[in-house]
Formats: sequence, structure tokens, C-alpha cells
Amino acid sequence: MEIIRTGKVYDVCIIGSGAAGGAAAKVLSEGGLNVVMLEAGPMLHPDTDYKEHVWPYQLAHRGAGIGGAGYKDFGRTEFMAPNGSWTIEGEPYTKAPGSKFMWFRSRIVGGRTNHWGRIALRFAEVDFRVRSHDGRGDDWPITYQDLEPYYDKVDRYIGVFGTKEGIPSAPDGIFQPPPKPRCTDLLVKRACDKLGIICVPSRKAIITQPLNGRPPCHYCDQCGRGCKTASNFSSSQVMIPPAQATGRFTLITGAMAREIVVNDQGKAAGVNYIDKATRTDQQVRAKAVVVAGSSCESARLLLNSKSRLFPQGLANSSGVVGRYLMDSVGSNGSGYIPVLEKMPPHNHDGSGGMHMYIPWWKFDRKNEFLRGYHIEFGGGRHMPGVGMFNGVNHKYEGYGLELKQRCKQKYGAFIHLAGRGEMISNPNSYCEIDPSAVDEWGIPVLRFHFEWGENEIKMARDMQETFRAIVESVGGTYLTETQTTGDFPYGIRTGGEIIHESGVVRMGNDPQTSALNSFCQAHDVKNLFVTDAACFVTDPDKNPTLSILALSWRASEYLLDEAKKGNV
Amino acid sequence: MPTNISRRDVLKNLAMGVTVGSSLRLIPLQAAELAHRMVSEERAQSPDGAYKPKFFTPHAYQTLRSLCQTIIPPDSETGGAIEAGAPEFIDLLTSENEDYQLTLGGGIAWLDSLCSDRYGKVYLDCSAADQKAVLDLIAYRDNARKDPALGQGVNFFASLRDFTTDGFVTPEIGIKYLQYIGNTYLAEFPGCPPLPES
Repeated sequence: MEIIRTGKVYDVCIIGSGAAGGAAAKVLSEGGLNVVMLEAGPMLHPDTDYKEHVWPYQLAHRGAGIGGAGYKDFGRTEFMAPNGSWTIEGEPYTKAPGSKFMWFRSRIVGGRTNHWGRIALRFAEVDFRVRSHDGRGDDWPITYQDLEPYYDKVDRYIGVFGTKEGIPSAPDGIFQPPPKPRCTDLLVKRACDKLGIICVPSRKAIITQPLNGRPPCHYCDQCGRGCKTASNFSSSQVMIPPAQATGRFTLITGAMAREIVVNDQGKAAGVNYIDKATRTDQQVRAKAVVVAGSSCESARLLLNSKSRLFPQGLANSSGVVGRYLMDSVGSNGSGYIPVLEKMPPHNHDGSGGMHMYIPWWKFDRKNEFLRGYHIEFGGGRHMPGVGMFNGVNHKYEGYGLELKQRCKQKYGAFIHLAGRGEMISNPNSYCEIDPSAVDEWGIPVLRFHFEWGENEIKMARDMQETFRAIVESVGGTYLTETQTTGDFPYGIRTGGEIIHESGVVRMGNDPQTSALNSFCQAHDVKNLFVTDAACFVTDPDKNPTLSILALSWRASEYLLDEAKKGNV
Repeated sequence: MPTNISRRDVLKNLAMGVTVGSSLRLIPLQAAELAHRMVSEERAQSPDGAYKPKFFTPHAYQTLRSLCQTIIPPDSETGGAIEAGAPEFIDLLTSENEDYQLTLGGGIAWLDSLCSDRYGKVYLDCSAADQKAVLDLIAYRDNARKDPALGQGVNFFASLRDFTTDGFVTPEIGIKYLQYIGNTYLAEFPGCPPLPES
């Protein structure tokens, strides 16, 4: 195969433009290095790509997507910020017999940060020391104190709203003021006060005050569509532009990485990629490589980068690449709240997602399971959209004027709760290269093995009990019915469905049991870094993005320092 | 219930309420049913010539329109599913999705077949009472538990009910009907109006 090489040798090649790639691009290019970034998807154009403020009737499919694809795949609704889905044509993944797993991939500049929930939670001190604390899993090679300065840098730069609360399981950040609570927030708070549950203003990467030329939130509730004013954080709007402003940053879109190339000294020398537009193989050369393609994609790339020197794949002498696959434990519930029916019509939009949340509150007692979870919630009078009344229709059935009036009566009278908890990694959950399948570019694809452990099931049960208690304590009816056995005990979601997959190129002090050191640097290849959630040792209940940003920022400063010393 | 009245009369009656100066002594539900039946009949007689269905045959599309309007009828406040463009929305999605073609296209054929068996006529040609009797059978899951032969009809109607609701609540009239306020630029978010004690 002919591979087209360019003469230029960049200081660093970054693969992926999401949270991890974006942070690396900003830090490294502002630090003076010449950076090239490969992104498998197209350029992003917020003005035309984001459907912010569009009404459903302005689209022929009303938001349901072509052929109603959005009903089954939120990535295919017309309102979701582009460009991701549970399925990508021509780019399959497989599952081992008996395993269920869902993999959401975004192929566009900014990746999944265009649509993410903006929930910005720091890991707690104990989250880095789990083995010391409860004997399961492994401690991180870093502590909270190691990462804290980078959480601070990230908070200051991207802007996060919240309040200082001093909760051990949910460290405070550097916060802008939070928006006022919605009715649903106040009701859940009221329930929590009765039940002895901590409920505080949420922490989200949405600015309520101007920051670095970005105007504050205008409270349209549409963060998931992408924000044209960049009042929330996306890598595409907040990290890539400052990198571009340095004049030392080259972005190559439509570039699907096939393999990291190594030289005779066992160092990374560049990346072979497919230029999707011309379907040709290209090579970009660099003195260091930062892999940030999203956890499983990063593991896939390393496993596919086999060579004489690295027959098990790159950075994989330990054999851990692909192992320790984790996702958040998810279980959801809904409640009907009669008092919400009585609320007069009012603007309930607010900033996207919850204005308050429930951090892990049972950190001070012994529970039936290890680790913890937090609860996200929403509901109320959001913009009408497709699927909104499916639940009401299912419950009440019938037709005619009664149905019509019921829609009006029940509109906005529901709250939805989502538990997000920590999974403990297990030997039966991992990804590997499928020996018999490739994608349309000829790149071998991933095969997933996944299994929830007993601890996760117990956690899901506790979530369901808590949801019911919250709903009933404000006079509501809890609507979610779950099975105690089967594939989804206590409503536990399919692995991968929460889109917090992590751990498959983990860091650690011991090169026998980890692929990366505490700076996300490969033990085996000193000029290779993996800075996305693949590096996680554990997957705490906190949504991963803020920690990805902090870890990638920290790794990038280290790389910058090493580059200046001539060590890479 | 009187039959020699106009739709305008019914809507007026609904708008004024049942007690104030109304010559028709209808409770809102009866009036609404009357209104929706009239609309259905009008629509069936003079189909909208502007829209050419992408998937449904002319007969199936007329049936779809009638069913949509029965699921969400007009009332004094606002139009029904037809005024909201639900049939066009459903036809568009169905034209692009083979599963929906079986569920909805096949479902309408199933309905006609059931009506032919029972009444010797397709659904649209049945009397209002017979149409109601059939819909009352397939509008509830419990009926399929008692009589499994209704299972396909119950599934069909459940899908159509969801699509029709989506088609109604997403255009301007549905959004206004639900009294959604928002999708705008605010300098400050006002928060929740005073909540009653629960």
C-alpha cells in the first residue's frame, strides 16, 4: 500500500479532539510546541450545525430524525449536537456471546463534548485511594492533591457554576454562581430535606458570568444541542480556538487513525491515518504522540499498532490494554408529582439539565455495597418534543378528547431521576481486537466483553429505593417498575450506555500491571501519552469529563516540560 | 344528541361553556366528540388535495387521517391532529422506515379486515358507533390479554397513538395548547414561582 508522507515533523501529534485532545492542544501549542491534531470526523460549524432555538415544527421530522431514527438513538435526533451515535455506518464493533455493550462514538471536532451533560464533578480524595479504603480494585498512582491544581486551572478556564458545600465525597471547585432552582429542583430538595439526603446546587460547565469573551448562559435549556454562544464548555469552542490562535496548531479533519508508527529505537515516530475524503493512506510524523480518541478507541489504536518490537500492541507489554473496562452504574426512575400540575405556566427552561443534584451522601456509614453514586434529576415544563407523552399514553391508553386533555394536564408533572454510580472493574469486562472483523477502512474492530458485578446490582437496587422515597415524600407516585433478576436487575442500564467508559489503558506505578505512569506516559514508550478516560484506574461516580480535562492538562504540562528538557 | 347542527355551533358552544347562554345543552366531552366527528366527516369528504402521501395509498391515508383526528380531536381551544399536520408527519416517517410501514400500513389493513369481518365494510365506511366499538377494543392492552386475536390491533393503535401525540404537540398549536413558555434569551433565570406546600 502506498502511504503518502509529508516532510514536516511536528513536535506532537494529538489523536482526537474531545475533552482530552482539546486540553492537550491548548496547553501544548500555547507552550510553544508545533502541534498537529487528527480528527476522524468533519469540521464543526456551530452556526449551522447547532439546532439551538429551533422549534420542532421548523423541521419536517419534528426532531425525530429521518425514519424516526431518533426514537431509538438519541444521537440521531435532529436536535442533538452533532455528530455521534450508537452506530456508525461502516464502522461496526462486536460483542462476545452473552455480553451486552453499547458504544457511543462521536466523529466531529469536539467529539462528545458538543453534546455532553456539562456535569462537572471532581473526584474525591477517597476515589483515588479505593484499595486502601475498602480493599477492592487498585489505588491511583496520584492523589487528589496531585490533581487539585489542575482541577483549579480547568475550573478557572472553562467556567463551572456551583456552590461551596464542604462535602467530603464531592470536593468544591472554583465556582461561578449557580442559576436559581426550578420547581422540580425545589421539590426534590424538599424531599431530600425530609429524608436526610444531601441536595445542593449542581456543578456544571456552564458560565453564568462572562468569561474570556464568552457571554453568560441565556437560559434556553438546550445545552445538548450545542451552544452557539459558547456559554457552556465544549472542546470545539473553548479549547481548539486558543490552540488555533497560536499559529502553531494544524487540525486535520476526516483523518481516521489506523496505526501509530514506531522507529527502530522503539519510539513513536508518527501516525498512519486514512484520509476519508480521498480514501488514501497518509502519514503524519511527530516527535511525540498524544492518544485521546476516547477510551476504547484509544485502546483499539494501541492494540492495532503491532510491530516487531511491540507484538502485543503498543504500550502493552503488561497486557492490560483493553482490560479493566468500566462504565458508570446507571439506573433511572420517574415519578408523577401532582403538585406540579398546579403550577401556572412559566418559563422553566433554565440552563441545560439540572440546577441541583444529589451528591453521594452515604459516605459516612456502612452500606450494603461499596463505593457510591450520585443522583441527577430533571423534569417539568420543557419544550414539547417527540416521545414526551409516550409514558402518559402507555399508562392511560385510550384516545380522544380525554387523551388530549390529559396531555395538557400531565405536561410538566413528572420528574426523572438518574443514579450514576461507581463500577468496580472485573476480569469479565474488557475489550479486545475481534480477530475476524474490520471496518470499512480495513481497521480491525473491537469486540466487547461486559458483565456487571454483584456490587453494581446492589447499588442499582439502592438507587431504585431512593428514587421511590424521594418521589413519594413529595406526594408523588413512583412509576418505574423494575425486575429483580434478568438482564436488567433494578433497571441497571446496559454497559456503555451511560457513555462513561474508561480504564482500558490504565495508569499505575507498576509497569507489570499498568500501561501508563502517573503522567499518562506509556511505561514502554516514553514519547507516547494516553490522556483520555482510558487512563482511569477507577471510574468514580462522578461524570468523567472534568477529570479527563484535568488529567490531560497535567499530562500535557509534563510533556511540555519533558520536551523542553529534550527528554522526548 | 342533536345532529342537525353545524361545527361552528358546536365550537361556539364549547367556547362559551355549558351554562352561559348556550342553546345546546352539551357537556364538553359530548360536544367535542360531535365536533371531531364532524371534522372527520368533512375531511373524509373533501380530502386535502395539496398533500400527496409519500407512503400510504389514498385509501389508507384517509383512514390514517380519520384515526389521527379521532385520537386527538379538535376542541374549542385548538385544532386536532389533522390541523397539527400529524398525518403528514406520520406519512413522512413511515415512508422512510420499513418497520413503521408494517406497523402502520399493515395495521390499517388489519383494521379494515377486522371491520369487514364484523360489519361487512372497511373502517372508514363503518358507522360512527361501529368505529368507536372497534377502537374501544384496540385502544387498551387488557383487551388483547382477554382476546389474543386483538394483539396486532392493540400494538398498531399504541404506535399510532404515540405518533399522533408527537405530531400534535410539536407544532405551534400543540406547543400553545400545552402552554409551554420558553425557548428564548433571558438575562436572568427567574426560577420557580411560589410552590404550594405539599
